[in-house]
Amino acid sequence: MGRSTGYAAATAERVPRQGRGVTVLGWIAFLGLAGAQVVAFNLSAPDRDMGHLQKIMYVHVPAAWIAFLSFFFVFVVSSIYLWRRDWRHDLLAAAAAEVGVVLTALTLALGMIWARPTWGVWWTWDPRLTTTAIMLVIYAGYMALRGFVEDPERRGVWSAAVGILAFLNVPVVYMSVRWWRSIHQVQSSPSTIDPEYVLGLRLNAVAFLLVALYFLLRRYHAARLEVLAAARLEEDALTGEEAHV
Amino acid sequence: MMSPKEVAGRALAVAWKDLTAEWRTRATFNAVVALAVVMLLLFGFALGPETEALQRAAAGIIWLTILFSGVLSFNRSYQIELDNGALETLLLYPGSRKAIFLGKFLANLVFVLLVEALLVPLAAILYDLPLVRALPGLILVSVLGTFGFVVLGTLYAAMASRVRAREVLLPLLLFPMLVPVLVAAVAATAAVLVGDPMGDAGSWIRLLVVFDLIFGIASFFAFEYVIEE
Repeated sequence: MGRSTGYAAATAERVPRQGRGVTVLGWIAFLGLAGAQVVAFNLSAPDRDMGHLQKIMYVHVPAAWIAFLSFFFVFVVSSIYLWRRDWRHDLLAAAAAEVGVVLTALTLALGMIWARPTWGVWWTWDPRLTTTAIMLVIYAGYMALRGFVEDPERRGVWSAAVGILAFLNVPVVYMSVRWWRSIHQVQSSPSTIDPEYVLGLRLNAVAFLLVALYFLLRRYHAARLEVLAAARLEEDALTGEEAHV
Repeated sequence: MMSPKEVAGRALAVAWKDLTAEWRTRATFNAVVALAVVMLLLFGFALGPETEALQRAAAGIIWLTILFSGVLSFNRSYQIELDNGALETLLLYPGSRKAIFLGKFLANLVFVLLVEALLVPLAAILYDLPLVRALPGLILVSVLGTFGFVVLGTLYAAMASRVRAREVLLPLLLFPMLVPVLVAAVAATAAVLVGDPMGDAGSWIRLLVVFDLIFGIASFFAFEYVIEE
């Protein structure tokens, strides 16, 4: 065994400080998000049938992309965690899962706001809609599991297993619901939509990626502090000193 | 490394131990079957007394009843070990822990299939279903659907049974993962019950096989990580 990277090693470190860079990233991300809307709104004419309602697509579709990317990231770092047992990968997986859940919920909410005036219903049992909802509850279960397990090593291994299995299931859920029923329009991608929407979509995708990255770094940092705080409390309880976290 | 024969022998020993312990009292089995009967009756009340409506919903009712009653048996399979610290002893035996998973899985599979063997004929009586004609297809779909349900249930219960809120955590983790099993098993069961006029039971059965393979293999390998923590 080389350098130990388990949770015992995590507590030996000093309390990390989050650099100025993350704050700057946050400003860039949110200003970029606002800027992307300005560009997108001015570039494309109101849709013939949907008017400005169509503009929801600029946030709905990138939110879905980045949510999916977050869950893929959970899958990757969970696999690395099982292999290397480095506590940083566990905390990264947890942070990415939270970002993914928030973005998935946003995707669904935006989709419903769009669907109600367009399709006349808030919800339809379409494959991508349903798969997204299932993904939301699967990763909500992942977060519930993390909340219930106190031992950090155990929490890491268990949630890594759940995070890997959850991602394996996404295509299977999608195929099963697609066979079950399909009425959704063909997937949005730069090849199937009007070119004047493409730039707005791409800018938004980048902006959402930066926002997700910002959330991820903030959440990861908070999780590190939580781990250290828990270790300090335990240490003080053992030595009989007063807690000084 | 253990030979496959050794692993199989140990798996059977674990399964035999679990099933014997259950057989001596049959407490869990009787309770789970009783709950399944209650659920079949409640679905009848919820959907109204028209036979045709119940027949249309029967496949969905049967599978939801299997899921909600079967899930109660998985935590127990580890709980009986934890109560006396027996799980640690079981883990102390040298050799692959995969055998423990296979044994627990087999015991749970037999348990849930036995519940189904009582539940499905009762559903056929209550909802007026053509049981005899549909029997071969029903057995195939039940085994394939139950395999996927039990394999993931056995893995997730290895975690959930050692957590405070095990009663809510296991179904919360397990049921969303089982959407493909539920969709495919219900559609295939419905097709089998009406004689499969569209000939689409085959593709649903393929989906069940794919799910069973993916999660059978994934759970088999994940278990060793899960159990050692």
